[in-house]
Amino acid sequence: MADIATDRTIDRSKMQVSDEVAIQITGMNKWYGTFHVLKEIDLTVQRGERIVIAGPSGSGKSTLIRCINRLEEHQAGQIIVDGTELTSDLKNIDKIRSEVGMCFQHFNLFPHLTILENCTLAPIWVRKTPKKEAEETAMHFLEKVKIPEQADKYPGQLSGGQQQRVAIARSLCMKPRIMLFDEPTSALDPEMIKEVLDTMIELAEEGMTMLCVTHEMGFARQVANRVIFMDAGQIVEQNEPEEFFNNPKSERTKLFLSQILGH
Amino acid sequence: MSDTHAQTVAYVRETMLEPQAPPVTVVGPIGWAKTNLFSSRLNTVITLIALAFVYLVLSILLPWAFHNTWSATSLRDCREMTGTDHGAACWGVIRDRWQQILFGNYPVDLRWRPILDLVLLLVALAPILFSNVPRKLLWFSAAYPFIMPWLIWGGSVWVPVMAAVGFILGYLFLKFGEKALGSLFAMIGAVVVAIVWWLFFLGPVSDIFASILPIGLEKLGSSRDIGGLMLAFVIGVVAIGLSLPIGIVLALGRQSDLLIVKTLCVGFIEFIRGVPLITLLFVASTLLNIFMPPGTNFDIVLRVIIMVTLFSSAYMAEVIRGGLAALPKGQYEGGDSLGLNYWQAQRLIIMPQALKISIPGIVSTFIGLFKDTTLVSIIGLLDPIGWATAIRADTDWIGILWELYAFIALLFFIICFGMSRYSMYLERKLKTSH
Repeated sequence: MADIATDRTIDRSKMQVSDEVAIQITGMNKWYGTFHVLKEIDLTVQRGERIVIAGPSGSGKSTLIRCINRLEEHQAGQIIVDGTELTSDLKNIDKIRSEVGMCFQHFNLFPHLTILENCTLAPIWVRKTPKKEAEETAMHFLEKVKIPEQADKYPGQLSGGQQQRVAIARSLCMKPRIMLFDEPTSALDPEMIKEVLDTMIELAEEGMTMLCVTHEMGFARQVANRVIFMDAGQIVEQNEPEEFFNNPKSERTKLFLSQILGH
Repeated sequence: MSDTHAQTVAYVRETMLEPQAPPVTVVGPIGWAKTNLFSSRLNTVITLIALAFVYLVLSILLPWAFHNTWSATSLRDCREMTGTDHGAACWGVIRDRWQQILFGNYPVDLRWRPILDLVLLLVALAPILFSNVPRKLLWFSAAYPFIMPWLIWGGSVWVPVMAAVGFILGYLFLKFGEKALGSLFAMIGAVVVAIVWWLFFLGPVSDIFASILPIGLEKLGSSRDIGGLMLAFVIGVVAIGLSLPIGIVLALGRQSDLLIVKTLCVGFIEFIRGVPLITLLFVASTLLNIFMPPGTNFDIVLRVIIMVTLFSSAYMAEVIRGGLAALPKGQYEGGDSLGLNYWQAQRLIIMPQALKISIPGIVSTFIGLFKDTTLVSIIGLLDPIGWATAIRADTDWIGILWELYAFIALLFFIICFGMSRYSMYLERKLKTSH
């Protein structure tokens, strides 16, 4: 795939990985019925890390990040997010979800609310922020993703790329400490992929902890500090992007990279 | 590419074309008639046949309907006035009996109460139906369910007040019990508290208040006096108002992960939908008395309202379930990922969209419910149909048929058509996509 994000110099000054642990996953297993989707996942994410998770479809990469905010339930092992363990305790789950932002492949904006209302809904109802303050925050983030002028429109009136940027702004309004991206550009036209990736790069430049499932290898190369390759529900290989792309170790990774990069 | 194509392939437009007016045959009345009525030979034939049919129907109907028979006091009068036995409508029956068709036997000197009730109903509905009405009126809408039965049945003002107190107690229990008990048990507790209040405290407490401060309206002698269109309204309005919230709860219950809740909801919905409304009405009118302790006087209209409400709630639940099923899973995940809890997500994200999708089905259920109120004539309540039967048994009006039913049909049509138009207006208003 083309290196879409190359026309932009990336400011790495704030992209610092700290020692503080943001997410700790140990021995995590998940089944869909009898099908074993995730097998013995061990993963530690430090604050400030930008991790890209790659792999063929059906390898469990989306399921993995959806487990981090409990959109999917894991059956064995431990997931600790921001010091809180994910159990069936609803209070913990809601707390973690309000700290962890998530962007979806199909945006999942609320079509019956305006862009501004989409962004202020969770701050008002979950964080109990006064409406006016929530609107100011929302406008701040909408400016950041460069669509403040669309605030009063409905999601259905925006292009895919704009909708995804609104989705990012909506997550940011909750001031999350971790952002999860589940194939954020897979449903977009090539022209729109760039605007979304630019927004994500800006976020990385500000030191946000990010986990991103994506096929944008250009983005992985430039922004990620670690690339994780998954296959058949397991982490097969993980490395710094340079090493990962130039010098993959496992046969499975080599095959995947040759297919995805070797047009 | 060969040279012969060079010119056609390399083409550059130098001047852009201005838009021009369309030909007369595609716009205006002529254009409309041409596309809709005479677009092909077959269409032209069908149009002509349809016109002939409409002419035929009207040529029979209009001469029958247009007769000045308002002043007639009996069918015999009519026949003398028009000089024919069957060929003329006899509208005198409507002038003579419209009060019964509208109010039944409701005492004449108390009729200002149902009329006021209807006016207040419109006031209470305004902020719910139209978003440009001041929001403060919603407080009145909330109070209306307590005012409405009080105006119809009369009695001490403290009964509806104390009934409202039951809701307030339940709400307070929910609000302050949520921290200690968790939301599920607080909700169950709130319902129990309210029901205990209504069953055991409502009567005595309102009696005490009534003895201190006796304010009230003259009590209606018997519920059977409520009749005519007013009865259809009382049953219809209450059942419509209650079946939507109950239907929402049942639809959510049916989707619940809690096995008992789910089983109860599915069982209830399937049972009610599997039984004709008539049987439920018979249960209300006869069987319930057998199960009640002897001597209890359980108002017949109230029993009917409960049955009609349960009946339409089950249908409502299924209509709303259709709306819920049409929502993509991503909407639930979007709400979840932002940290909204179950009730917040339902109220702010899921229900507004599911209800919007279900508007046509919901309004159809409302319309069906309102028309089904005529079934109460079978258990001896005198709704408009019941009154029509009674009037036709009167010696003055024996033999009258079409005029009464046409009048009743017109009344029902106005109301049901109004609901239908409102639903279309609402759908247009809530449309947010292109």
